[in-house]
Amino acid sequence: MSQVTLKINGESHTVDVPSDMPLLWALRDKLDMTGTKYSCGIGTCGTCTVLANGVPLRSCVVPAASMQGAEITTIEGLDPDGNHPVQKAWNDEDVPQCGYCQGGQILAASVLLKHNPQPTDDDIDAAMSGILCRCGTYSRIRKAVKLAAKYAAAEGGVA
Amino acid sequence: MKILEERNNMDRRSFLKVSILTSGALLVGIGCERPSPADSAEKSTWKPNLYVRIELDGSVTIVSKNPEAGQGVKTAFPMVVAECLDVDWNSVSVEQAPLDDRYGRQVIGGSYGTPDGWDDLRVAGTAARFLLIAAAAKEWGVSPDECATEKGVVIHEASGKSRRYEDLLEIAASLPVPNISDLELKSRPADFELLGTFVPGVDNPQILTGQALFGCDVRLDGMLYAVFEKCPTFGGKVGKANVEQIRSLPGVTNAFVVDGTDNLNGLLPGVAIVAKTWWEAQSARGQLRVDWETSHFDSTAEYDRKAESLSKEAGETLRADGDVDAAFGSASNIIEASYYYPFVSHANMEPQNCTALYHESGLLELWAPSQNPKSGRALISSTLGIAEDKIHVNLTRIGGGFGRRLRHDFMVESAWIAREIRRPVQLQWSREDDMRHDFYRPAAWHHFKAGIDESGSMTAFDHHFVTFGANGEPVSGASLSPDHYPAGLVPNFRLRQSIIETNVPTGPWRSPGHSAYCWAYQSFFDEVALAAGRDQLEFRIDLLSRSYGPPPLDLKRTSDTLKLAAEKAGWGHRELEPNRGLGMAFHFDHGGFVSHVAQVAAAGSAITVEKVFSAADSGPIINLSGAKNQVEGAVVDALSTAQLEITFANGAAQQSNFHDYELLRYKQAPEIECHFIQSDNSPTGLGEPPFAAVAPAISNAIFAATGTRIRELPFSRSGVSV
Repeated sequence: MSQVTLKINGESHTVDVPSDMPLLWALRDKLDMTGTKYSCGIGTCGTCTVLANGVPLRSCVVPAASMQGAEITTIEGLDPDGNHPVQKAWNDEDVPQCGYCQGGQILAASVLLKHNPQPTDDDIDAAMSGILCRCGTYSRIRKAVKLAAKYAAAEGGVA
Repeated sequence: MKILEERNNMDRRSFLKVSILTSGALLVGIGCERPSPADSAEKSTWKPNLYVRIELDGSVTIVSKNPEAGQGVKTAFPMVVAECLDVDWNSVSVEQAPLDDRYGRQVIGGSYGTPDGWDDLRVAGTAARFLLIAAAAKEWGVSPDECATEKGVVIHEASGKSRRYEDLLEIAASLPVPNISDLELKSRPADFELLGTFVPGVDNPQILTGQALFGCDVRLDGMLYAVFEKCPTFGGKVGKANVEQIRSLPGVTNAFVVDGTDNLNGLLPGVAIVAKTWWEAQSARGQLRVDWETSHFDSTAEYDRKAESLSKEAGETLRADGDVDAAFGSASNIIEASYYYPFVSHANMEPQNCTALYHESGLLELWAPSQNPKSGRALISSTLGIAEDKIHVNLTRIGGGFGRRLRHDFMVESAWIAREIRRPVQLQWSREDDMRHDFYRPAAWHHFKAGIDESGSMTAFDHHFVTFGANGEPVSGASLSPDHYPAGLVPNFRLRQSIIETNVPTGPWRSPGHSAYCWAYQSFFDEVALAAGRDQLEFRIDLLSRSYGPPPLDLKRTSDTLKLAAEKAGWGHRELEPNRGLGMAFHFDHGGFVSHVAQVAAAGSAITVEKVFSAADSGPIINLSGAKNQVEGAVVDALSTAQLEITFANGAAQQSNFHDYELLRYKQAPEIECHFIQSDNSPTGLGEPPFAAVAPAISNAIFAATGTRIRELPFSRSGVSV
């Protein structure tokens, strides 16, 4: 067990975790933050994506203990009111089917738009290719990312 | 057709009950039994299928009795009520019901959600509106016929009077309940305002902000986390296990052997490990050593050998029309081909899980992402010996159903562990558990032989279906109806069946059966049309214009979807760029008619599916967004599945996670253009019907582009990749 202080969505949390416990399980089982989902556990599906210092990270394979000092953003912290341009676009295009993978999809899209305010379909496919959706929402996500780009442009860019 | 007739009969047996709650809210319930006059609203033994509640603040609540797995019933159902009651969409909300026998059927499966709710929802909404109009008319001393409604307000145009619904509740509750047969129900697309429009899902705000909705999100005070290790060979028993050593590992609170039962659909033998966090339970599992006892050694290689040998036998004849052998004798051309598709897994993004709490009182409480909680409860009751009325099941949102959660091994395991440890516990399967202990869609071989006459029409069809079974009967998902087309479309028809015995658990998988064998039929039709020198569209439309005895499907509705998809794809009217091809397929299942035309581009054996043109007739569209989502999702799912397979060795599944069972990714996902024929038939579900015809349309397009006929799935077995 090691004591780890994690900065999640702007708040500090100190937890006792096994040294090899992935961030995913520290979030879900130690902090009861269940927005970040488990699906493959080996970093192949992207469902568990969080942001660490603004970079997408597979939380199922990265030890929590290695994340001290990082600014971690989970889906709960992107905008709790759902007013981030990506969240608004996701609703307006009605992207979710079962919805299980969408937290990871949204966080990845928010990073894409920060670096590329007007992505093409190819840009979207390349940036998002690591995140699986079993329900098949890919074509909706392409539309929603472009709509989010418009919303973000109207607001002066993605925060 | 049969389903809709049954529905209508059921409708005529429905009863309404209207009451006022102590809160002042108006409650309109509808059910299949006549309510007893003595039943009060809040203490009732009556079994309504549905409630609509209008509150004093004008808000409207419906109780959703069915769980939501992403097919959109939780949004579509309140839309129907809002339409018929005539209230603002934003004033309607949905409460998720727990499992409760008073609600009758609580299942999502078979694309039955929409037809299941359609009549009751319209009756409840329309009856409430009828009573509110009657209440206002009574107050004003005018005829109800002179009154109208507009978004939650009753209006008497002649006098300019108006009353909001919430001010009429008490009077409405005192009026005689209308006869259901007297209600004018909106049924046609032309009557709708809200229905048929694009409405985002009601759970979106929670999904998009990561709020707890799913089974695995349940958190209870003092809750522990469990894993359950089973024999990789299905049903293998625990000989010896080092559970004492496991108990000493960090975080572990309990580790014990579960003897289980022989029921492959139930509680299998295994070892439960419970810990303070899931990671600790899963880590401890790494140290677990179990000697398994098993006598099953199923393998894909052995199945292949048996299938090869069975293909030479006659099999059991399931149907024979006309004189097939004579018709082959007089045919001007005979076409033969064999098709094979493999076992596949459900691979829901949310691995199986269930949370359970065994109360000291003997009550067992569960939180289950289940598509059919009642059957899960029955399994727990019979396995644990707990009366059903002592088992309470809360329903959670489901991270993907696809038929997997119609089976309840995960529920009974969780219940057993909870009773054993007397602590709240969440059983969470790993991805590897999920893929290795699925109820797979079974593989099959289809050996086809068609005879055509000089005009190029099919006059004879012989079909040898080699499938999987247990004790001589096809296992779940492995049977083929003798009435399936082309039976009934060809004068001389024969279906033969041979069975390979299996110990592999199989089960419903999105559009069971259809999702696989449509690919074989529609690919073979392509070969027959080609041999006959006929255009693919003309050949299929012609096939759908012939019937010999009762037609196996509605020929016109099927043809219309195929014509529409072909028209939108520019079939026969469009010059394709080099190395491109179009392919088509039609199908009917679970009440819906769907055809697709796929366009692919080929660079050697590397295929890009550029676009899929889809046309569906499932009656009037309730939520345009939900309907399109189902079609778009089915196209991606079907293309994905055409490239996947589960194989077996030594009785166990060989794939375990997304690195060796690679679901489709963004770059492979085509553009999808989706069209609906909004006929006046009753609406049917779209969870399943758009799936079946996708893979054959793509296979046929690959042939058109490359000359490579796909006779084996996954595509890689036929030498191409997408």
